[in-house]
Amino acid sequence: MSTAAETSTTTPTTRAMPLAKAINAALREELNADERTLLIGEDIGALGGVFRVTDGLQADFGPHRVIDSPLAESGIIGSSIGLAMRGYRPVAEIQFDGFVFPSFNQITSQLAKIHNRTDGAVSVPVTIRMPYGGRIGSIEHHSESPEALFAHTAGLRLITPSNPHDAYWMMRQAIVSEDPVIVLEPKRRYWLKGEVDTSTPAPDAFTAQVLREGTDATLATYGPLVSVALAAAEVAAGQGRSVEVIDVRSISPLDDETIARSAAKTQRLVVAHEAPTFGGFGAEIAARVSERAYHRLLAPVLRVGGFHMPYPPSSQEHRYLPDIDRMLEALDRSFAYPSPRA
Amino acid sequence: MGTMEDVVQLLAEDGTLRNHEVYSTYLEDLDDAALRDLYRHMALERRFDAEATSLQRQGQLALWAPALGQEAAQTGTIAALKPTDRVFPTYREHAMALYRGISPEELIGTFRAARHSGWDPEDYHFNTYSVVLAAQTLHAAGWAMGIAQDLRTGSLPPQKAEDELVLACFGDGASSQGDIHESMVFASSYQLPMLYFIQNNHWAISVPSSTQSRFPLANRASGYGFEGVRVDGNDVLASYAVARHSAQQIRSGEGPKLIESVTYRMGAHTTADDPTKYRTSEEIDAWTAKDPVARYKTWLQNEGKADEAYFDTVDQEATELAADLRHTVHTMEGIDIDRVFDTVYAEPHRQVETEKAWLKDYEAGFAEEEGQ
Repeated sequence: MSTAAETSTTTPTTRAMPLAKAINAALREELNADERTLLIGEDIGALGGVFRVTDGLQADFGPHRVIDSPLAESGIIGSSIGLAMRGYRPVAEIQFDGFVFPSFNQITSQLAKIHNRTDGAVSVPVTIRMPYGGRIGSIEHHSESPEALFAHTAGLRLITPSNPHDAYWMMRQAIVSEDPVIVLEPKRRYWLKGEVDTSTPAPDAFTAQVLREGTDATLATYGPLVSVALAAAEVAAGQGRSVEVIDVRSISPLDDETIARSAAKTQRLVVAHEAPTFGGFGAEIAARVSERAYHRLLAPVLRVGGFHMPYPPSSQEHRYLPDIDRMLEALDRSFAYPSPRA
Repeated sequence: MGTMEDVVQLLAEDGTLRNHEVYSTYLEDLDDAALRDLYRHMALERRFDAEATSLQRQGQLALWAPALGQEAAQTGTIAALKPTDRVFPTYREHAMALYRGISPEELIGTFRAARHSGWDPEDYHFNTYSVVLAAQTLHAAGWAMGIAQDLRTGSLPPQKAEDELVLACFGDGASSQGDIHESMVFASSYQLPMLYFIQNNHWAISVPSSTQSRFPLANRASGYGFEGVRVDGNDVLASYAVARHSAQQIRSGEGPKLIESVTYRMGAHTTADDPTKYRTSEEIDAWTAKDPVARYKTWLQNEGKADEAYFDTVDQEATELAADLRHTVHTMEGIDIDRVFDTVYAEPHRQVETEKAWLKDYEAGFAEEEGQ
């Protein structure tokens, strides 16, 4: 234990590292900070997880704190709840988004409700780490974006970082939260490198952030699509359009105020996510912004997302997922308002 | 479903006590006062249960799940455990809950739909009721993993470890749930100090236990690598002795055990149910002859362990408990919705706060209108 502690304190405070390494560093920091913090999941020990996010942690903290679980997602979440009831702070890994559903009851009917149904007597500070999203060329059930299902469940918090610095700090904030927090990790960005400053906290994990200021339209997205949105804004700038980019970061709670303020300023909003637009979380953002900024908007809030189909075979995912062109197309549709007839 | 031959029974249905080379020894720890107290707890639960059923019929409760017929299974088992052992109940462990000291008010709020659950588990080492069945057995496994963690961190001294085992309750119906399987895998893999307690009351609402298993449920334990035993759940002495024996094995570090308590749900599944649609009066008559409370009372009387004055005293206490329950229900108020808002999260949540404020303003608008 002390070896790990010394390692982390002698590390320079700012380093460039991939997003997966930033999460690894955050987990290491919290394992050091609190004896009650435990990791549990499939293959997280000797292997270090299928994406190596927990690489080396079992070697440093031991098999009792970095626990290889049976292959049973409901068991992972259900036992994490029991551990949390006893005062521990389990960080449970669900190996892939598409594998979360066997634990759906434990997450939505148990974990989410226990604090409420016990009138606040029992807290269950479980963190669930879940790689999500597509564009990794995998087979079915490995590329999904189930955030709307959990956003709809009161009692859960959902956050999703888009860059290594946020990933480090948001993960740490999730672990110390007294509430259950699902951290959706954008798996195609695990290898995205960025500066992580371990002495300067990122903004509160439960807030949205304006990443690029603009005046003509707002493009709001989260997780894996943030870098796509930034690239789209850059292209738009070349076409003479100033696009403001918001990283939503927190899905529950939703910082609707920051998004509505931006939309009121630019008067146009496009929301993008990988998940299907039908019944998707973008609809929630669109509705809230419409309510708050109706008189300021020059165009309806438009959405860019996946289609109402199961995630397609990844040989077709380039046609399914929003990309720069799909975002630009939506921005163009927004700029076409108000229509001449109006 | 196997025969009754492999079911441990100490007190026969005619009220005679048998000797068993393993289990009878545990009865030696029960003096006459302790023996009488088992009866008292069963009788109190039976009266409580009847009163709750009446209250539901009178519209005072939203629902009631009777434990009628299961008093011995529950009382014998909970009496065999230490007060520090952690219980993860379903929604029908009323005898266990009352035994642990949970008050009528704390117990009944759920069934009046006044609140979701009425007690702090820490106060009684007794978790709140679980309605989505089987889920609680995984929480039990996690809790048991926590005991091992406590030993690792030193927050639980080794000599205290045997004061805490985990009782995971479920029934023949929930035995088909996948979470039961996962819980037993965890318990076996990590050798957790867990006692699985199946009350096989023969009916999952209207579906017989033969649809859940063609095989004694106790036999499932061997598939996970631990021992399962069947006990006559209508025999409070056998229930006590078998639970003591299993608990002792668990405390000595043998890992998980399973008890299948063969009993019968004499009442309805809940007050929303109509058992006459799916089971015969012959079946009910057959089980009425095995009534756990009457059987035990006969034995106490025949052995001279308790006199009529004692039974009168228990009757009086049961009447008072029923009156207490009635009064509690009639005067109980539900928690305010503001409290529901306040406990959705442990830390502030923007949307919850906004909606709470909105509701307050909305309702204040009505108050103003009424005031005009």
